[in-house]
Amino acid sequence: MIRYIGKRIVYMIVALFLIVTATFWLMQAVPGGPFTAERQVPPEIEAALNKYYGLDKPLYEQYVEYLGRVVTWDLGPSFKEKSSTVNQIIERGFPVSLHLGLQSLAIAIFGGITLGVIAALRHNKWQDYSAMVIAVLGLSVPNFILASFYQYIFSIKLGWFPIAQWEGFEYTVLPSFALAALPLAFIARLTRSNMIEVMSQDYIKTAKAKGLSTFTTTVKHAIRNALLPVITYLGPLSANILTGSFVVERIFGVPGLGREFVISISNRDYTVIMGTTVFYAIILVVLVLLVDLAYTLVDPRIKLAGGGKE
Amino acid sequence: MKKSVFALVSSVLVLGTALAGCGGGDQSASQGNNSGGDTTQQEQPAAGESDKPQVLRANLHSEPPTADPGLAEDSTSGAIVRATFDGLTRLDENGVPQPSVAEKIEKSEDLKTYTFTIRDGATWSNGDPVTAHDFEYAWKRALDPATASNYAYQLYYIKNGEKFNKGEEGVTADQVGVKALDDKTLQVELENPTPYFLELTAFYTYYPVNKKVVEANPKWAAEAATHVGNGPFKLETWEHKSKLVLVKNDSYWDKENVKLDRIEFAMIEDLSTELSMYENGELDWAGEPTGDLPLDAIPALRDEGRLTTQPIAGTYWYKFNTEKEPFNNVKVRKAFAYAINRQMIVDNVTQAGEIPAMGAVPPSMNLNTEPFFKDNDVETAKKLLEEGMQELGISELPPITLSYNTHDGHKKIAEAIQDQWKKALGVDVTLKNTEWKVYIEDLHEGNYQIGRMGWLGDFNDPINFLELFKDKYGGNNDTRWEHPKFKELLNKSAVETDPEARKKLLAEAEQIFMEEMPVAPIYFYTMSWVKDEDVKGVLVGGLGNVDYKWAYIE
Repeated sequence: MIRYIGKRIVYMIVALFLIVTATFWLMQAVPGGPFTAERQVPPEIEAALNKYYGLDKPLYEQYVEYLGRVVTWDLGPSFKEKSSTVNQIIERGFPVSLHLGLQSLAIAIFGGITLGVIAALRHNKWQDYSAMVIAVLGLSVPNFILASFYQYIFSIKLGWFPIAQWEGFEYTVLPSFALAALPLAFIARLTRSNMIEVMSQDYIKTAKAKGLSTFTTTVKHAIRNALLPVITYLGPLSANILTGSFVVERIFGVPGLGREFVISISNRDYTVIMGTTVFYAIILVVLVLLVDLAYTLVDPRIKLAGGGKE
Repeated sequence: MKKSVFALVSSVLVLGTALAGCGGGDQSASQGNNSGGDTTQQEQPAAGESDKPQVLRANLHSEPPTADPGLAEDSTSGAIVRATFDGLTRLDENGVPQPSVAEKIEKSEDLKTYTFTIRDGATWSNGDPVTAHDFEYAWKRALDPATASNYAYQLYYIKNGEKFNKGEEGVTADQVGVKALDDKTLQVELENPTPYFLELTAFYTYYPVNKKVVEANPKWAAEAATHVGNGPFKLETWEHKSKLVLVKNDSYWDKENVKLDRIEFAMIEDLSTELSMYENGELDWAGEPTGDLPLDAIPALRDEGRLTTQPIAGTYWYKFNTEKEPFNNVKVRKAFAYAINRQMIVDNVTQAGEIPAMGAVPPSMNLNTEPFFKDNDVETAKKLLEEGMQELGISELPPITLSYNTHDGHKKIAEAIQDQWKKALGVDVTLKNTEWKVYIEDLHEGNYQIGRMGWLGDFNDPINFLELFKDKYGGNNDTRWEHPKFKELLNKSAVETDPEARKKLLAEAEQIFMEEMPVAPIYFYTMSWVKDEDVKGVLVGGLGNVDYKWAYIE
């Protein structure tokens, strides 16, 4: 187990290195720089700015310096937001995205699995159809439309929740549901199809024949096997949701990390592009590892290389 | 063992879902109460004449990149800096500079030396007195190349300012023409007589900073707790990317005239959300200058009579690349410019009360008030195109490309004009759309034929528009157009001390510019917003700058 994890960590570092390298060179290849503006900066000032931000050095030197920064986790100043460093931007934005993300994940997982299980148990009955209508809506309606719809119904018409901003729990509800809609629908469909397959298998029939209640059969024997594919999906999904969603954050005025990705690219805010990408990459590889570890908990048949687990 | 753990987890899962479903109603009900409670809390006893709480809620659109006047370079930062700082002068409702931190201003005869006397009682929000040294320090700090201030060029009117900023050898900070003679007296020497200099001292790059505070903490302007200003308001809360609250500054010298107790800024980027919040009573003001309204909502709001529209000193124009065929020919340029139906564009496309532009300098600057040509003059355009093509020795126009940066509004305008050119001149124009930074780089490199651009005045003087085109490779020219007479007139105007004579020189320069037509003006910009009726006194200047000093709730 420990050897396995050790090996995985080495792979993770290699992957991160490749991501940092690719991002750095791709970013440099994009036309326009942080100081490209309509009001063209006089060459002397641009030189001063470049010097201030270290852009006057040869690219390879900047690259090596950047690698050093990633290792020491000092990601440098933001070009656009003169009063912030990239570390500050991540420190401010991530807790917000994390809060929103965990809530959305909870809604997506609980909601999705419940819907999926109900749909499977009531296969081809009205419960199944209604659950799948919800799932199809969640999959097909883009979240910005859903978000505006929520604002219209729950804020303007019913007055239950504020339209936007981020000041207390009531502000988190609508964005969480907007963000959860797509993964919820996906998990529901995944769970349903797996459950249907599992329910038709012999061991379930055996369990039923032994006189076990439907609840016990479902909870103890079926769900567990049906959830394997869902768990695979959870790794990238969590990384995706935890680092925020540009659209939902924008519509609800949530000060999360998601919009930094997009905005930093259009600003050519090099340090922020790099910083958020590295941060996202770290979360992604860690979560993928956690998902692999989670397999062993759910399915004892899966043994990680290196064997022996507790 | 493990099995039971799993069973437990699954039960919790299912139970949790069920409870979450049940709990929803309760939570929302209590939230309703909470938010109700908040509202009543906000209804504090009123200040001033009105019995309403003196709180204004507006949208900032996005996080201000900085609250440091020396580094500010965008309108969002500008709005915050203007509220939290005060310059030697401050623009009144007519855009005329009035003495503010300076109580007395003396000009020398040649208009090149200014002496400002700092008012007694001018105080920083931390209680320190505002001194002439703070101004000297602030200006030299902005000019110092090490500060990397993008807007340092606003201080180039000061003697040796440009040389010091550009790091010219032998020019040190001591040679820059600003000096505090004592705590109360600031002496400024200029390069040229600059008739609009007192307007410039109301601009944020000219604001003072507290020397002690800045030297002690380079990050002073990044957080509300360490920010020190000398303006009508001070920063109370700055939740980055989320919320910014200004409160009345009790150590401001003119606090009697400041009525608002609080300004609460949201930072909502989505235009529809901003408008919804306004409609839902969560904002008192939506739209420009600090926010923005969705383009689609503007006609309806205007028809309902709720929209306020104000012209600002800005021009939307199409630049011609005068080095590339066929726009190296003036007649072809004119033909394309004359054929545009501007009235139709402002009426049907932009729809925010913009004014069709038949000149380059905005009318508010009172330079040439008569249009230089007739809008939608198709007959003349056809004739000019024919003559121009003859001069070029071509019988067929090369393929024409019209470039713009990704934006719904620019796209709609480009499509309308593409259609107008097709109908009027029979030319086929291809549209090319690129992302902003890529677009700008293409324009700066001359890699375009016709490209959209706009210019918003930095200060209320025609020179700000004309000087863009003075040098072929000047930073903002992009048209590669240069004209010796035009250049000469601008140079003359820089040293002219008589305002009337200077105006004449500039008017003549604009004349040449419009005869040469390196740009085709389309319209003069406006700003539009909706606000609650009881919000008064918010000053939106002719340059689109906003000042909350005199605002109040009636």
